[in-house]
Amino acid sequence: MTDSSRTDRGTTSGILGRIFSRDHKVIGLQYFFLSLAAALVGVALSALMRFHLVWPDASLPFFGAIKPEQYLSLLTMHGTLMIFFVLTTAPQGAFGNYCLPLQIGAREMAFPRLNMLSFWFTVLAFLVLLSAFVVSGGAPISGWTHYPPLSAVASAGPGQGMGMDLWIASIGLFCFASVLGSINFIVTVLDRRAPGMTMMRLPLTVWAWFITAILSLLAFTVLHAAIVLLFMDRHAGTSFFIPEGVVVNGSVLQHSGGSPLLWQHLFWFFGHPEVYIAILPGMGLTSHLLSTFARKPVFGYRAMVYAMMAIGALGFMVWGHHMFVSGMNPFAAFAFSVLTMVIGVPSAIKTFNWLGTLWRGSIRLTVPMMFAIGFVSVFVTGGLSGPILAQPALDTYLHDTYFVVAHFHLIMGVAAVIAIFAATYFWFPKMFGRHMNSTLGYAHFWFTFVGAYAVFLPMHFLGMAGHPRRYSQLTEVHYLQPLLPLQRFITWAALVTIAGQVIFLFNLFWSIWRGRTAEPNPWEATTLEWSQGQDSPVMRGPYEFNVPGAKAEFLMQQEE
Amino acid sequence: MARALLVALVLLTCGTLYLFIAKIWWMPALASTSGAAIDREFSATLLILGTVFVVAQIGLGFFVWKYRRSNTATYSTGHRGAEYAWTAITAIIFVAMSLAGERTWAELRGAHSPLEQEVQVEVTGTQFAWYFRYPGLDGKFGKTIPATVDASLGSAAAIGLDTNDPAAKDDVVTAALVVPADREVRLHLHAQDVIHSFFVPELRLKQDVVPGLNVEAHFQATRLGEYEIVCAELCGLGHYRMHGTLRVVSEDDFSKWLRQQEGAAR
Repeated sequence: MTDSSRTDRGTTSGILGRIFSRDHKVIGLQYFFLSLAAALVGVALSALMRFHLVWPDASLPFFGAIKPEQYLSLLTMHGTLMIFFVLTTAPQGAFGNYCLPLQIGAREMAFPRLNMLSFWFTVLAFLVLLSAFVVSGGAPISGWTHYPPLSAVASAGPGQGMGMDLWIASIGLFCFASVLGSINFIVTVLDRRAPGMTMMRLPLTVWAWFITAILSLLAFTVLHAAIVLLFMDRHAGTSFFIPEGVVVNGSVLQHSGGSPLLWQHLFWFFGHPEVYIAILPGMGLTSHLLSTFARKPVFGYRAMVYAMMAIGALGFMVWGHHMFVSGMNPFAAFAFSVLTMVIGVPSAIKTFNWLGTLWRGSIRLTVPMMFAIGFVSVFVTGGLSGPILAQPALDTYLHDTYFVVAHFHLIMGVAAVIAIFAATYFWFPKMFGRHMNSTLGYAHFWFTFVGAYAVFLPMHFLGMAGHPRRYSQLTEVHYLQPLLPLQRFITWAALVTIAGQVIFLFNLFWSIWRGRTAEPNPWEATTLEWSQGQDSPVMRGPYEFNVPGAKAEFLMQQEE
Repeated sequence: MARALLVALVLLTCGTLYLFIAKIWWMPALASTSGAAIDREFSATLLILGTVFVVAQIGLGFFVWKYRRSNTATYSTGHRGAEYAWTAITAIIFVAMSLAGERTWAELRGAHSPLEQEVQVEVTGTQFAWYFRYPGLDGKFGKTIPATVDASLGSAAAIGLDTNDPAAKDDVVTAALVVPADREVRLHLHAQDVIHSFFVPELRLKQDVVPGLNVEAHFQATRLGEYEIVCAELCGLGHYRMHGTLRVVSEDDFSKWLRQQEGAAR
């Protein structure tokens, strides 16, 4: 505990000190570039998948023709990289670490050394995961959800031996790092707020990071337990997930008494809160940006806080909606369905309040604001397929089809990534002292916004036509043939959208060195990270724009 | 830029609406009795959520355009009454939709015609094929022995049928699922190795097939014809090619076919 007062910026002397830094800003940037690397790999894998799906016999330079099992490896690794190393790491690890202490007026995270440890464990997890590509058998093929027995038995397919063990090791490390990180976030918010920074004066970004940290703490511990059990089934002869009489590849397994459904319960007890771990920081940021750029307070600040709490709490009670057709007792589906539909309520509250924040504002359409508005649109579109899938009778038809792929990519993938882009454009002047180029920023927005819809909207119709997901090609099933033109369209749209991301990469790295120098508070925002008076107490809430009778258009939180 | 966003959101909304109304890509024509309730529930849900979609997207676009920079901002921290109102309204809509949906679910899972009128079929999923077994004249499924499973020796050996069990003698194991129209069919689903999922889009029926569990599903086909059975749960490298055939035939053709198969089995 004494650590933070002693070393505000960590022991940053020397090159090692700079790499193994305890400074939350350095660690935040390190997380940012780690997740950028993971995103580049993850996107490249999705391009290969889309290519193989519609041109299964075509040969690629360097790769040759992609085999069905390689498609499944790409799919598994794409999901794992994106969900863990991008959607979990960037919003929380990168921007949370960088901005949370600044926004609450803390000099450091509560446990700087733990923070450093948590980052390097994540790096290790990333490297272990990537190494699965090069071991014999290649990366695992059982999808990021790894349902046993497929994931529990090495002979069930290529990649299910060493590749699967490396996956387990990687996620074990990742869980450990996430738990350390979340403890750090929770303690920092509770214990390190500046004088006057009451909980109800916290920016909504901080509320989001705080609630996300609580979810992480509770969810990743359960995942950690689950993968230890899976590892034991694979190597210690236990039977948590493998029942009696299973015949794989012509030989009878010596297991008995396990339940494949137990894994699904444990996995989704983690997996559903994980969705909110990915998206809550984006929700907080969107509120923050809509208010800042509409020059109006957040509409219903308290309602927004309570809605996020409700989403977080309900998120732990709905995991069974992933299991309506799993063979689970149909009565359980009733409870999970109602609770899932109820999550629609706080989600709708958030949407109404976002619109309420824009209402009668004076909207400055900066690049981060464009992305925040894009977030609301995608959140609505992706969110509205939720109440369809939450009804067990409808899920009976749509489960494990492209409809689900469309749903979770929009609500979790695209929405969270759009929020990550918004955060990058918004906090770039803080992080690098320069602006990103806004012409390139707008171009990037349109590529991403239109592109994401072009890729994922049509997938709803594939799902309605009964197209199962995780098929490496369409060639074997007759009723899939008429869907091939639509799949080809999606592949082209994906390739164009991916190409559009080059604009972002160029803008990012060019602006780090060559961008226009930024003023201390370029967006005329009110929160502490843009503040000059470091040590004066916090006087007011975070979103005081256009206050009647005030002397300025906006009031900084610390201003007298 | 505000106008561009408004136009983009209007185009998005109209385009999506068009695709949902034109139904260029849609569910295949229904071929089961229970599927009708699913289709009705789907239409009703789409109608409600589609309305919300249109209002929210157009509202977002309109606000962005209407309250663009030239507008003077009006200070407001919210409205308690509005919060209560939209919380209550969405809660009522979502819970009502959910409760209405549960009735369909209960019908799908609960309906049960008298056992003797049902056609009993055991379904076995294995990497990467489906096998179907009829109990024969005795109405009993014989034993299977996992250790004797050998797909290279034909369908009966592929599920490890115990040839010494008297109840197994008249069992018929086939590679296609043949059922009579207009009669309840009860499936007893088993998986030999990993999890598979039995999916026939025209029946609106999907059920995971789990090792160690005896999962049941039932349906009543309404249209003669041939349908594809696909696997909907990732089961390994051949997942994409794990498919079988469902043939719905008349009652007479079914009896004839079954007798023929029983003769061949003996």
